[in-house]
Amino acid sequence: MTRVLKVGFIPLTDAAPLVIAQEIGFAAEENIALDFLRVPSWSAMRDYLMLGHIDVAHMLAPIPVANSLGLGSVEGDLDVLAALNLSGNAITVSCDVAREMRAAGYRFDFADAMAAGRALIGLGRQLRIGVPFPFSMHAELLYYWLEALGLAAPQALSVRTVPPPLMAEALAQGEIDAFCVGEPWGSLAVENGHGTLLLPTSAIWNTAIEKVVAARRGWAEADPERAGGLLRALWKAGRWLDQPEKRGTAAEILARPDYLDLPVGLVERALRGDFVTSPHGDIRHADRFVTFHDGAANFPWRSQAAWMGMRIAKRLGLDRRESIAAAKAVFRTDLYRAHLRGIRADLPSASEKVEGTLDHPTAVPSETGRVILAADRFFDGSVFDPMA
Amino acid sequence: MQGKLSILVVESDPDRARQIVDGLSGGDAFAISVVSESSGLARHVAERQPDVVLIDVESPSRDSLEDLAIASGPLDRPVAMFVDRSDDTLTKSAVEAGVSAYVVDGLQAHRIRPILDAAISRFNVFKRMRTELETTKRALEERKVIDRAKGILMKARGLSEEEAYGLLRKTAMDSGRRVSDVAESLVTAAGLLS
Repeated sequence: MTRVLKVGFIPLTDAAPLVIAQEIGFAAEENIALDFLRVPSWSAMRDYLMLGHIDVAHMLAPIPVANSLGLGSVEGDLDVLAALNLSGNAITVSCDVAREMRAAGYRFDFADAMAAGRALIGLGRQLRIGVPFPFSMHAELLYYWLEALGLAAPQALSVRTVPPPLMAEALAQGEIDAFCVGEPWGSLAVENGHGTLLLPTSAIWNTAIEKVVAARRGWAEADPERAGGLLRALWKAGRWLDQPEKRGTAAEILARPDYLDLPVGLVERALRGDFVTSPHGDIRHADRFVTFHDGAANFPWRSQAAWMGMRIAKRLGLDRRESIAAAKAVFRTDLYRAHLRGIRADLPSASEKVEGTLDHPTAVPSETGRVILAADRFFDGSVFDPMA
Repeated sequence: MQGKLSILVVESDPDRARQIVDGLSGGDAFAISVVSESSGLARHVAERQPDVVLIDVESPSRDSLEDLAIASGPLDRPVAMFVDRSDDTLTKSAVEAGVSAYVVDGLQAHRIRPILDAAISRFNVFKRMRTELETTKRALEERKVIDRAKGILMKARGLSEEEAYGLLRKTAMDSGRRVSDVAESLVTAAGLLS
């Protein structure tokens, strides 16, 4: 019997694992079918999930964390079942800002977070930057990046929520100087002549968790076959997606009217890492712009939950220790392990790690031998120990 | 604070906005203002300081209002999505109708309830109208395509109107498709061949 799951998604490139699981047949292999609902906003996504309108959600990783800190709406807990992808966002500056930065001698390399951040701060004015949601890696990485370079937040930095479809307009109207958002919105702004790509967020932290698949607490336990099928289908879809030769096909499928409804060429940029970065037609490549599988990318590291909990607590003046504990409890490494053991997925022995210590892909102990983790450096070389 | 409640309606369609305001203004109990969606929504809300903000669930601008939930300035009033914990069905029917309400911290549920009830019934009307409109539009379009397909068959095969429709219907039944789908394929194919 095929189990039908109602899945909420936002039309972004990183909805790919869900879409591919359904379209390439990984879901069918697990006797599940994904019934997609395009959701208009992240707050609606959270509420639909809480109220049972959808079974699982394509969700910004910090939303379930914020929810566990009491920063949600409807009462109740969410579980993060797995990570869908690492990185996949880009920072775009307005044409005016780009002109000023160029005049000051900055060369848009789309790679060096240190140089890009210094050039931005060098403009010497309060920076207003749009993000898609107050609890998002977009917001956390922006604060982290610019604070590490000496900018005094919040005085010199105003991070505000602007719905992605309105970002380009806000940029053109001068309401914001820059925005950080998931692809293809950055490329769309470049295409329409409204902005210039400054930096992929992978340059700030190259293993930053981005979207997760989330469910109401208790949903996964209520029908383990259904939850297991979903996790296995997503894992296989991620592995498929991280084969470079599949990325073109993935773009074709994602571009369809049912999903992103955009020209394939635009969707393909993020998947291949080949960007047109300015309306003048500059071209840059970003290695590992978005990762769906490699380096145990789907494992819901509790240390990454802890990092988000710590950052939100710091920003909003909440108790740091309590916030970290609450955040970790949301990341269900137990469920992930239980459901993926059967298909030879690489499962690290530890559920958390010190973030920011690996310069190169590194082998660490796994349940069955060894698993290769990706380099996980922060751009400024700092280290986050979730136990400290 | 038992004065008039101020309500901000976020709605870009002036016609819908007027209907929501009409639905709410019974007894003049509220001070109502309307803004159409824009990227500066959060700023509007900060300036007007409404007690209640009503917004369509379908609006992507909803996320901008979430910013206000963590507003931390001395003059900011925390705002949260309204959830009646004593009455879960109210929240559910609001979401189903497609309306969300953001309210300032501390406003009692019994003062919000009539507002939300009125908004829900308006939004349900909108939803019904939208469905009706779409159904009618689709039916009209299908009929147009079927008429064109009939015309093509009549001309090409010398059939009467009734015979042409019969052929379309038989083909549809034999291939397990809808008459309008068969008609559309025929119209497309005829267009390619002409």
